[in-house]
Amino acid sequence: MLTAPLVVEFPFTRSLGPVQSAFLTGLREGTVLGVRTAGRRVLVPPVEYDPVTAEEIRDLVEVAPTGTVTTWAWNPSPRPNQPLRTPFAWVLVRLDGADTALLHALDAPGPEAVRSGMRVRIRWAPQRVGAITDIACFEPHDGGITARAVPHSGEFADPVTGITAPARLDYTYSPGRAQTRYLTALEADRRTLGERCPSCRKVYVPPRGACPTCGVATREQVEVGPRGTVTTYCIVNIKARNLDIEVPYVYAHIALDGADLALHGRIGGIPYDQVRMGLRVEPVWTGDGRYPDHYRPTGEPDADYEAYKELL
Amino acid sequence: MTRPMPARDVAIVAFAQTRHVRDSSADSEVELLMPVLHDVLDQVGLKTGEIGFTCSGSSDYLAGRAFSFTMALDGVGAWPPISESHVEMDGAWALYEAWVKLLTGEADTALVYAYGKSSPGEVRDVLTRQLDPYYVAPLWPDSVALAALQAQALIDAGETDEDALAAIAGRSRRDGARNPYAQLTGEHAQGDYVVRPLRRADCPPVGDGAAAVVLAAGDTARRICARPAWIRGMDHRIEAHSLGVRDLTDSPSTRLAAGNAGAFDAPVDTAELHAPFSSQEVVLRKACRLADDVVVNPSGGPLAANPVMAAGLIRLGEAAMRIQRGESERALAHATSGPCLQQNLVAVLEGER
Repeated sequence: MLTAPLVVEFPFTRSLGPVQSAFLTGLREGTVLGVRTAGRRVLVPPVEYDPVTAEEIRDLVEVAPTGTVTTWAWNPSPRPNQPLRTPFAWVLVRLDGADTALLHALDAPGPEAVRSGMRVRIRWAPQRVGAITDIACFEPHDGGITARAVPHSGEFADPVTGITAPARLDYTYSPGRAQTRYLTALEADRRTLGERCPSCRKVYVPPRGACPTCGVATREQVEVGPRGTVTTYCIVNIKARNLDIEVPYVYAHIALDGADLALHGRIGGIPYDQVRMGLRVEPVWTGDGRYPDHYRPTGEPDADYEAYKELL
Repeated sequence: MTRPMPARDVAIVAFAQTRHVRDSSADSEVELLMPVLHDVLDQVGLKTGEIGFTCSGSSDYLAGRAFSFTMALDGVGAWPPISESHVEMDGAWALYEAWVKLLTGEADTALVYAYGKSSPGEVRDVLTRQLDPYYVAPLWPDSVALAALQAQALIDAGETDEDALAAIAGRSRRDGARNPYAQLTGEHAQGDYVVRPLRRADCPPVGDGAAAVVLAAGDTARRICARPAWIRGMDHRIEAHSLGVRDLTDSPSTRLAAGNAGAFDAPVDTAELHAPFSSQEVVLRKACRLADDVVVNPSGGPLAANPVMAAGLIRLGEAAMRIQRGESERALAHATSGPCLQQNLVAVLEGER
């Protein structure tokens, strides 16, 4: 069964509302802000809207960098991207002056050193940019609760207005049985194997394992091509990044002989403005390519429209 | 105020699921799905073209591909175009959408399916991408870690302890041994802590699977099914966004959904609870006000098989099958989504009265 590594990687760029901007800018400056609801609760981390009433809330307050663990979980094997490389505790911390808890990591020697109700303080990251990771983690703290929430304007020089959150997930992609059969035959023998629907008898190329009309598995393999007919085409005038093909060029739907579905490919070996519907083409393989590089005219007479009109 | 009754009688008339496995890489999504689609349609003698509405649940993040559900659509004969919808949620929410569609009278039958393959990626990491992108996701707290925070809160509150959690895990796997579709069955050691206080056995197996349900309304249901499992009520509700705002030892959203579904109008004899972690069963039993004699997760529940995106739909299907087999008169089915039971759906199913 074929498999291939598949990496999905993207930087999410997100803008911030006024409350989130003040909070994350505050972290950069070593100041922790919360927001007070109409019900006088102080939310840390702060949100733009009251989670109970949904009303807009903007009444910012400063809370302490010290707090109390409300619940914890010991993580013996940190995973990639988590805040600490060594075993640590996940904690929800209610900062002094806040009524709600913040999720973060607690650096502690072991689970014996952690309990709900223990006192902790923020360990700031040495370089801070205006992100939740400006809190490197929490660490144990000896002092009692002294601080209360005090009003804060939320105004800082050069406020952060957005975050960029990189994310990467690694997968092992498997195309399944039908597409493995197709790709294996294409690579090993340069043969194109379609699959026939047992119900409507249509031959699908490339096969995906099911007939989309009948909803049943396609199992019977049918060799199609290698020659085919251009059923329709377009002229590409914009150069694609990382693609070393001169524009303009023609990209076409090609119905391989014996197939009931057109696949698509580039047409070469003919000036772009001479490509036409009905043009007979054949695949051109280059080097050790795993699939045809492009298709070129065979020199046969054009196919009659009646022969491919159902495949448009 | 009295609760309005559903505008039409709608029932689950067929259910099928795969034998859930750790790794189904030999099958594409549609290859995994097709046998269960054919199974449910055969049960009620319908062809794909005879279904009024089709709705599915799955996740691109599990597959690692955009619009991954479109490939699975080949399995339902979606061409020429059918009346169809998809939710990027557990299939239980697809069933909810289909139920509403039938209530409007626009369709008399619906095919609902869901599938999830966790094997291509690391599901603990994948699920971090559903979290608050500003304050939480940058820390990559995985699904077990968040459930462990909830479990510790329950232990601190005196609502459970590690022995009680082990008993839930043990019961689930023993019951799973009687379920031919379960992935993890029989006696298992509690194992080491994955994230303390949750041990290996407190966590669901990671695996791949699919499930499908057919819904039908009124006389159509009676005609194609000997004992339809009537949906007497169904509702879904969500908790506050931030974990630190919530009381993790309780699930007000489940309680509200259960009340709106009619769960408290009369006792249920069976409950299929979507509690992927043993500790979450403690929360759900309380929120659903289950009496001690209620049979909970006779299928083994998500601790025996937890194909992400299908496991909630399977709860509804398992509860319906208990009714179809005459083993239950009135059952509660629950599905969840998100960290620490963030969003909850409750349905009440009954046999013919």
